[in-house]
Amino acid sequence: MSQPAIVAQEVSKLYRRFLHKNQFRTLKSALVNGDLLADLAPDQTFTALKDVSFEVPKGCTYGVIGENGSGKSTLLKLLAGITKPSSGRLSVDGRISALIELGAGFHPEISGRENVMINGIMLGLNRRQIEERFDDIVAFAELERFIDAPVKTYSSGMYMRLGFAVAIHVEPEVLLVDEVLAVGDEGFTRKCLDKIGEFRRRGRTILIVTHSLGLVDKMCDEALWLRHGEVIAKGDPKRVVDEYLLYVAGAEEKHLAQEPAPEGEPDLRPGRDPQEDHALHGYRQGRWGAREIEIAKVRLLASDGRARHVFVPGESFSVALDVIVRESVEDFVFGIGIYTADGIHVYGTNTHIENYKPQIAAADGEVRFVFEDLRLVEGTYLIDVAAHRRDGTPYDYLRGQHSFRVKSRIKDVGVYRPAHHWAFSEGFEIQAPPFRAELDLSDAGSDANDSDTHEPV
Amino acid sequence: MIQQIQTLYRYRLLIHSLVSRELKARYRGNILGFMWSFINPLMLLLTYGLVFTYMLPGFRGPTIEPYFLFLFCGLLPWTWFSSSILESSTVLIAGGNLIKKVLFPAEILPTVTVLANFVHFMLGMPILLAFLVWEGRLGLSALLLPIPLLVQMVMTLGLALFFSALTVHFRDVKDLLSHLLNLWFFSTPVLYSYAGMEGPMRTALRLNPMTHVLNAYHDLLFGNILRIRSGLAGSAIAALILLALGAFLFDRLRDTLAEEV
Repeated sequence: MSQPAIVAQEVSKLYRRFLHKNQFRTLKSALVNGDLLADLAPDQTFTALKDVSFEVPKGCTYGVIGENGSGKSTLLKLLAGITKPSSGRLSVDGRISALIELGAGFHPEISGRENVMINGIMLGLNRRQIEERFDDIVAFAELERFIDAPVKTYSSGMYMRLGFAVAIHVEPEVLLVDEVLAVGDEGFTRKCLDKIGEFRRRGRTILIVTHSLGLVDKMCDEALWLRHGEVIAKGDPKRVVDEYLLYVAGAEEKHLAQEPAPEGEPDLRPGRDPQEDHALHGYRQGRWGAREIEIAKVRLLASDGRARHVFVPGESFSVALDVIVRESVEDFVFGIGIYTADGIHVYGTNTHIENYKPQIAAADGEVRFVFEDLRLVEGTYLIDVAAHRRDGTPYDYLRGQHSFRVKSRIKDVGVYRPAHHWAFSEGFEIQAPPFRAELDLSDAGSDANDSDTHEPV
Repeated sequence: MIQQIQTLYRYRLLIHSLVSRELKARYRGNILGFMWSFINPLMLLLTYGLVFTYMLPGFRGPTIEPYFLFLFCGLLPWTWFSSSILESSTVLIAGGNLIKKVLFPAEILPTVTVLANFVHFMLGMPILLAFLVWEGRLGLSALLLPIPLLVQMVMTLGLALFFSALTVHFRDVKDLLSHLLNLWFFSTPVLYSYAGMEGPMRTALRLNPMTHVLNAYHDLLFGNILRIRSGLAGSAIAALILLALGAFLFDRLRDTLAEEV
């Protein structure tokens, strides 16, 4: 177990940047300019990986996470031996199978059966080994009826399934997986995960590149986070995932802060078109009113008084309105409304509804609405703030001009999260979640040592 | 070069599968199927035969009779040679998916192209041999055929490796290549006989390594003469040099292939 299966020492990878001007060098240009073997200037290169070092012990399941373009796939290609590092050392001990692009070697014109043969040979099996495993492969891919049809007649799901089935039956000592678990339907994904779980139990080394943080949390023994080709964190997957989530929250924070009036923050749920939903619910962003009382600035403040745009459930935060009073008025109401990104009205209240009696607004000042305990599920929310007369005539009405985001480790659904817990009588054996429920956004450098011990599933 | 040959040997099973896949895939969905192996050279034969028998009869020497048979002896191996090189110049780009996503030695792809075309060539051979029998020209000399075949194989492989790697970096090579091959075709005794050439033309032809390969085919098959001329030894040396050169270039560019295709 102690012998590492993969060792990377300060691995860097430079790519040539394809400039618009000379996308492909031509023989003519090489002959004319004599740049056939000329070295590339630094501005013509792109650093995909920079001094990446890590070790994967034998039998370890190792997760690699990071945003798009962080160098994950480059790392995988280097490990698979498809490209070579520009500098540094990389060694892999044992037979590798890389699930990088499934069915990459399939030829569309010939049958699934022949493609399985050739793909298997490409991945390092001999004819007899493939024949032994052939029925398993076909059964795994659920393609018994179609195996003799040309691959070009397959649907993309069938294609992927066959590719996965061949690659997984190569029985590698080191398995490299690149975000390929999104093949086929729920059932097949389940099967793939089971197969990978079986690999784990048999003590094979697995390296997974994924965007599914839950998978890393659940399956991996160790994790690595890459950003712009550099290692930001590695080690305990829980800690790495938390740090990554904090970073993503921070990036969103910056994004929301830069754009105080987002054009309908897109909802991440599939199948939702925010624009359409806005129309559906009659929710339109805008600002109106004569501004006798003007809401000059809206700030979202965390409990420690710092401005933020990302919050976690259960947190306390306030919406602070900087109010300019241009005309002293005796009839005024302050109100607030919260909407989901697709325009569902979550909550609305104002001082009039809550029976506050306005006396006089005479000078500039601040009005705060304090959430004592934020009970919303993860998502982006838009805020309406308004100052108006009791009859509704607006002084200043800001509709959907500000937004905040709720970030949660628990992917519960709906809008409202009541304070709750589960209770079980005796007779139900159930294990409480191993991780703490919420991220701690206020303390970015947090450590994970306060959580329960992590049991691999 | 030795190392690359070892690699190719180690991957012989894959090469074998890929060659048969190549052949199956090419002819699947065609009515005539495998017949195309013969039809291509036959059509070429018909074209050149008609041109130089009826339209430009003076072009060839009067001594070559029957001309169609002479043409056939040269066109069949030439088709193998030129198709292999032309196809392998694009094979790495076409197979980019394999090089980028699957770990396997890229030299397999041009090798498969050369071998697949060799199979077409061999499928055409029985027809040629049948014609030779019919003309009463087939003799023991045909047993020496493996010698020019081997020389041609080595030379084709070398050029295939060379151009396949080069085209990945310089996309215009393949356009140049078809013209180059055209020129090479007319500079090689396929349409005419080497024996009929004299003076400086003959000297120039002698510098072309393919000349001696074609001469050997003409001698052994068409002429039914049991001899290997010394020129073929020079061709063999040239073939080995070309193979070494191709293998060297391929090796130099290997690491960049996955990024450039």
